[in-house]
Amino acid sequence: MNADPVTPAPVTPAPVTADRIPLLSARNMTKRFGGLTALGGVDLDLYAGEVLALAGDNGAGKSTLIKCLSGVYQPDDGQLLFGGREVRLGNPREARELGIETIYQDLALAGNLDVGANVFLGREPVRRVFGLFPVLDRPAMRAASQQVLESLDIHTSLDRPVEDLSGGQRQAVAIGRAIHWKARVLIMDEPTAALGVPEQRKVVELIGRLKTQGVGIIFISHNLSDIFAVSDRILVLRRGVMAGERLIHETSGEEIVKLMVGG
Amino acid sequence: MPELNAKTASVEPPGSERPKLLHSLGAAWPWLFLIGLLVFFEVWARISYQTSFVLNLTNVQSILLASVQPLLIALGLTLVIIAGGIDLSVGFTVGLAAVVSARMMQLLDPGLPALLSLLLAVVAALLASVVVGAVNGFLIARLGVPPFIGTLGMYGVARGVGFLASGGSTVATNNPLNSALGNGRLLGVVPWPVVVTAFVALFMHYLLSRTRFGQYTYAIGGNRNAAIRAGIGVETHTIKLYMLTAVLAGVAGVIYTARFTAGAAQAGEPTLLDAIAAVVIGGASLFGGAGTVVGTLIGALIIAVIQFGLVFIDVQPFWQFIAVGAVIILSVLVDQVRSGRGRT
Ligand SMILES: Nc1ncnc2c1ncn2[C@@H]1O[C@H](COP(=O)(O)OP(=O)(O)OP(=O)(O)O)[C@@H](O)[C@H]1O
Ligand SMILES: [Mg+2]
Repeated sequence: MNADPVTPAPVTPAPVTADRIPLLSARNMTKRFGGLTALGGVDLDLYAGEVLALAGDNGAGKSTLIKCLSGVYQPDDGQLLFGGREVRLGNPREARELGIETIYQDLALAGNLDVGANVFLGREPVRRVFGLFPVLDRPAMRAASQQVLESLDIHTSLDRPVEDLSGGQRQAVAIGRAIHWKARVLIMDEPTAALGVPEQRKVVELIGRLKTQGVGIIFISHNLSDIFAVSDRILVLRRGVMAGERLIHETSGEEIVKLMVGG
Repeated sequence: MPELNAKTASVEPPGSERPKLLHSLGAAWPWLFLIGLLVFFEVWARISYQTSFVLNLTNVQSILLASVQPLLIALGLTLVIIAGGIDLSVGFTVGLAAVVSARMMQLLDPGLPALLSLLLAVVAALLASVVVGAVNGFLIARLGVPPFIGTLGMYGVARGVGFLASGGSTVATNNPLNSALGNGRLLGVVPWPVVVTAFVALFMHYLLSRTRFGQYTYAIGGNRNAAIRAGIGVETHTIKLYMLTAVLAGVAGVIYTARFTAGAAQAGEPTLLDAIAAVVIGGASLFGGAGTVVGTLIGALIIAVIQFGLVFIDVQPFWQFIAVGAVIILSVLVDQVRSGRGRT
């Protein structure tokens, strides 16, 4: 499905593992905001252990697409398949229950709560006092979040509200949350945008590690060198439609840019 | 490769950390202020009247009793305000509950045993108030009406219904247990309304600081979108918060009818501002996301001490308004310095 006549005829790449069922598939994803068609019939397949990059200019519809995949938006049209079975995600909780974890562009952290509270937000462990009164198990939350941040090699105060942390540390908290919950599909909307170079490298490294563990990763970035460093495939969106899809070793930065701007 | 990194780095400015001392001072200031007030009135009492202000059972009982109604309202409001809302209807929910409870007892009293009639009256009053809260919550969470407007509308409705149900005057009761609840004392020392309020406060502290319910209240006020994406049922939670606040206002109404052995639609009329003041003085932010039950408790005590203390030292009662108003402004200024939110 190629909506733009200017684009050179794309070589539709064979899926990385054509014999397997995709972990997550979207068919004809469509989302309108009033008169604006933010997403006009996009198809996507994601396999286990694969990194799929989403590229596109500002406003191309990348965030809208992943919000349809994570239950934040309900698409106006289209179909979502998880492990080959059709699913409908009425809200983000249903996506998370399937194992779809998302790191949003705006991070979606509660700035007034501490690290542990954010890692466990919506899924807090509870113990009972006198076998009767449910009480948040804060020590367990703190210990688990400390462990996951250490595995990311990030050291920060666990007891301060996350709004006091630096942009990179907040990013780490958002990533840590997704890791702690053992995502099968991990969606990252510009996870490196607010980071310094060393932290960017750490995130890229981390993506590689999760990939070897069989996690399917969707990775949005404006940084082509990051994209080329970690992904297997690139899906390019332009004004809400697919401008093309390329295997990473069959394309170049130049070609991707052309697809993005429609030249 | 062309310029694709236009959007990459918006790195946080460094040093957004607040001075630690100022921060902890900010958190402690309601306590310091309360102690300062008590010291001030104590010194005044010693010098002018050669008596003690604090070590006087009647004074302490009066202050605690005076704080019962504002505190009950403020406890519910604390959670609503933490979640980024406001409830202006609570004052007349108190009145509505007071009238409903009195009317029930009028209806049932000579016929039924006093205890049964009192219990039914309490249940009816709480049901009437929870309806107000449910409507508030529905308007705000489901229909997207701004809290200020929705609860202002329900303020009018509750007020009107209260006056209609009372026929515009006070509704007298004649139930011995009711008046014992309002005017009796635990072990002859602690007034029952104070005991009830203490239990409510303890429960609310537990709810806010130890449970998922409390955690979600903070999360919604801190970042509503984050709460939604974390799978928290934000709409349902919001409705529950307004219902809870209304029930606590209902408890205040029941206590009013018990203390004065009569219900009146205007039972809670002057209390709303005191209650909001208590919440704000206690460190809650009207922007949402911050506040504690202990803070609100201290805030309510500060207001009660100011009001009682000024009467005690024979200041014209109108000064109370000015003093409480000044304290509200002061506490917001302290909050702004503390959170670095001022001077925008
Ligand atoms: N909630 C919304 N309501 C109305 N319009 C929206 C909404 N969300 C996105 N849009 C519009 O949909 C289009 C696609 O937006 P989207 O956020 O998906 O772009 P993006 O590719 O993620 O861009 P960026 O690189 O800037 O993050 C834009 O024109 C945007 O203005
Ligand atoms: Mg985006």
